Amino acid sequence: MKGLRIIVLAKQVPDTRNVGKDAMKADGTVNRAALEAIFNPEDLNALEQALRVKDKVDGSTITILTMGPGRAAEVIREGLYRGADNGFLLTDRKFAGSDTLATSYALSQAIRKIKDFDVIFAGRQAIDGDTAQVGPQVAEKLGIPQITYAEEVLDIKGKEIIVKRRLERGVEVVSVTTPVLITVHSSAADCRPRNAKLLMKYKHARTITERQDATEDYLNLYQTRPYLNIDEWSTADIVVEDEALGLSGSPTKVKKIENVVFKAKESKVLSPSDVEIDELMKELIENHTIG
Amino acid sequence: MANFFNDNQDLKFHLHHPLMKKIVSLKEKDFEDKDKFDYAPVDFEDAMDSYEKTLEIIGEISADVVAPNAESVDHDGPQLINNEVVYARGTTENHEVLTKAGLVGMSLPRKYKGLNFPVVPYVMAAEIVSRADAGFANIWGLQDCAETIHEFASEELKNQYLPLFNDGATAAMVLTEPDAGSDLQAVQLKGQSITATYDQAKDTYYLNGVKRFITNGDADIALVLARSEDGTADARGLSLFLYDRKEGAVKIRRIENKLGIKGSPTCEMVFTNAPAKLIGDRKMGLIKYVMSLMNSARLGIGAQSAGLAEAAYREALKYAHERVQFGKAIITFPAVYELLRNMKVKTQAMRTLLYETARYVDMYKAYTFAAEDRKLDPEERAEMKKYQKLADVFTPLLKLFSSEYSNQIAYDAMQIHGGAGFMKDFPVERIFRDARITTIYEGTSQLQVVAAIRGVTTGVFLGRIKEFEEVKVKPELEYLRKMLMDLTVQFEETVNVVNAVNDAEFLDFHARRLVEMAGNIIMGYLMVLDTLKDEEFRNSAEIFIKKAKSDNSEKLEYIRNSELKDLGIFKY
Repeated sequence: MKGLRIIVLAKQVPDTRNVGKDAMKADGTVNRAALEAIFNPEDLNALEQALRVKDKVDGSTITILTMGPGRAAEVIREGLYRGADNGFLLTDRKFAGSDTLATSYALSQAIRKIKDFDVIFAGRQAIDGDTAQVGPQVAEKLGIPQITYAEEVLDIKGKEIIVKRRLERGVEVVSVTTPVLITVHSSAADCRPRNAKLLMKYKHARTITERQDATEDYLNLYQTRPYLNIDEWSTADIVVEDEALGLSGSPTKVKKIENVVFKAKESKVLSPSDVEIDELMKELIENHTIG
Repeated sequence: MANFFNDNQDLKFHLHHPLMKKIVSLKEKDFEDKDKFDYAPVDFEDAMDSYEKTLEIIGEISADVVAPNAESVDHDGPQLINNEVVYARGTTENHEVLTKAGLVGMSLPRKYKGLNFPVVPYVMAAEIVSRADAGFANIWGLQDCAETIHEFASEELKNQYLPLFNDGATAAMVLTEPDAGSDLQAVQLKGQSITATYDQAKDTYYLNGVKRFITNGDADIALVLARSEDGTADARGLSLFLYDRKEGAVKIRRIENKLGIKGSPTCEMVFTNAPAKLIGDRKMGLIKYVMSLMNSARLGIGAQSAGLAEAAYREALKYAHERVQFGKAIITFPAVYELLRNMKVKTQAMRTLLYETARYVDMYKAYTFAAEDRKLDPEERAEMKKYQKLADVFTPLLKLFSSEYSNQIAYDAMQIHGGAGFMKDFPVERIFRDARITTIYEGTSQLQVVAAIRGVTTGVFLGRIKEFEEVKVKPELEYLRKMLMDLTVQFEETVNVVNAVNDAEFLDFHARRLVEMAGNIIMGYLMVLDTLKDEEFRNSAEIFIKKAKSDNSEKLEYIRNSELKDLGIFKY
């Protein structure tokens, strides 16, 4: 079987799993400086599925595509340390303020520029916005089928891919023909660890912007080891209409952000009798806590 | 995310020792691999950065995978199914994750798919894994066997077997027999040469007999000590063989039910005409190869002990902060904070001895391998000899102190937990059980003394102490140096007292006291030297040296009041 050309969409996100007091700014936006920047967890699940396809089908390649500020190149390096082959960083001030529509537009334009691909993997959603919209929108813009909530790629037969989906009330096995976009759910296998040899191989990988800050010591490496150059694209590199980008391309308007503090209400003591438990169940069903 | 490397500043401190520059340069042969392998370092800083980043991977896997699995691995243990070992689920997961991360066969040269790591960062990795699960650390740590194959086996065997380690091959060192524990000369297992039908280069031996108490006995690659010379009864009749599990000629008869390190399968192996390949030369099995293997295993126990101590200390510290009695967290009581601080001091003392010893081993091994490619100049040869001598006596010294300390620390950690610590609800009871083996296997503490006493009698310890004495210290540390100099005078005096009796049994009787006196001074100096580089160690150095002073004075007092005839009142 011919190797598959795989693209993994990955995002660098603030680690919202460990939120401290200063996580939000006064204006209601996320204080990114106070939160560690990490590889979006479900994008790691997506990367693992991509790596498994690569392990299975000889000659497959994995490209990481990410959009964000310069430091988001770290996401590409993390991908390289785990077995990805190369990556593109989409970075430009004009992307700032993009909502899911503008983001998926920019990503799809970049994918058109990459051109050859069979499968795109993405995490179901990112932990900063939790929209789960970017993956599906990219598929729509590219005019290819999509499989959401994937848990496992079960089989690959030529152009046919069989995928298990994790849904609210069970699992579903679907078959699709490439090209396809697959969003991966957190119930999928954890991503493999960084590999020591790949880490040593790629730890000096830098974008052109990062290289300007690099120490002189390793600059000659970028000529002798071309794989250490991470491609960086701006709006000029991908064919775009500027109005579709950033704030102007983003119809989503945040009206208000509130801090919600959960308060403990008065507690209720039940005796361990069937009658009281039965009453509690009825109460919980009536107020829609369960059911 | 938790990380057992990043959360422990002492590890970074010991990794960045000035001697590393020389070790790395020798090990990397002036970075000759940089154009041959894309993951080879281009210079010293690059190499150190790679060690650090690799240790970060190990720290992450240890914290996120190995440590959370430790309880179930201890509970479930390995199983014996159809005469084969099946690991606990967590053990298999640990091994697979570490293999995928490329962390098996770390010390091997790159041409055998290794990372070409020096001993220091490798030992550090072992310490980190041991902190997460000391039982699992045994299985992972048996990659030491690769080093023995690398050092002594033929090119053909090396090419065939060494690259398998990086793919996750497991290993075992198969030495002990029912009647041959520390006294390995008593090994009976027969290896019969069938040279008649094969050419010399492909010589095959067949092994018959039983081996017992073998850690990870069902491993992919087993190094087996066997009697190859008919009619011999001593060490010179023993050779070392490589047995490949794929031959299917070994049955695992039982897995021992142990007190601790329960995740690590301890096997009884039955060899029935098992084909095996000779490693190196015949008759050199015990006297050369196994001695070398044992030395690296003992260094490994040092790392395991340090990891256990770190785990025990952290559990106790956490509990002492959380546990409130008489209206206060128990750490505020002198009886508790003294215990805790002493645990920390002992952990730091054994750790500084661990990495000092690891550097000695690194230095002489790096020279040994360098000598394969080029002639060493006289200065280099002298340095190689010097470090080999130091490694020979520091290794048993380290094994003795670190294993005994880790037991004391685990004991105190349980004490701090009170009744709760005696229950299975807290990890400390597992750490307590796991620590117990460290003073026993790879040579008991009593046997480490037999090896380390040579450091006293030949003056190697004293020589090193005198070198430490020469190091200039800051005025504010001068009082500690002065105390250590006084202790050195006292140590020499004590040695003279014992020597004056001029009796071998009398020396044996007091050997442990003498070795421990020397060890106290050596660790005291190492802690002062650490304080020179980082003030963080100041309090620990002071506490350790004051304790050493009272400890050594007690020993001198005991020896002074001892006469040859006193041995009689101890006798059976």
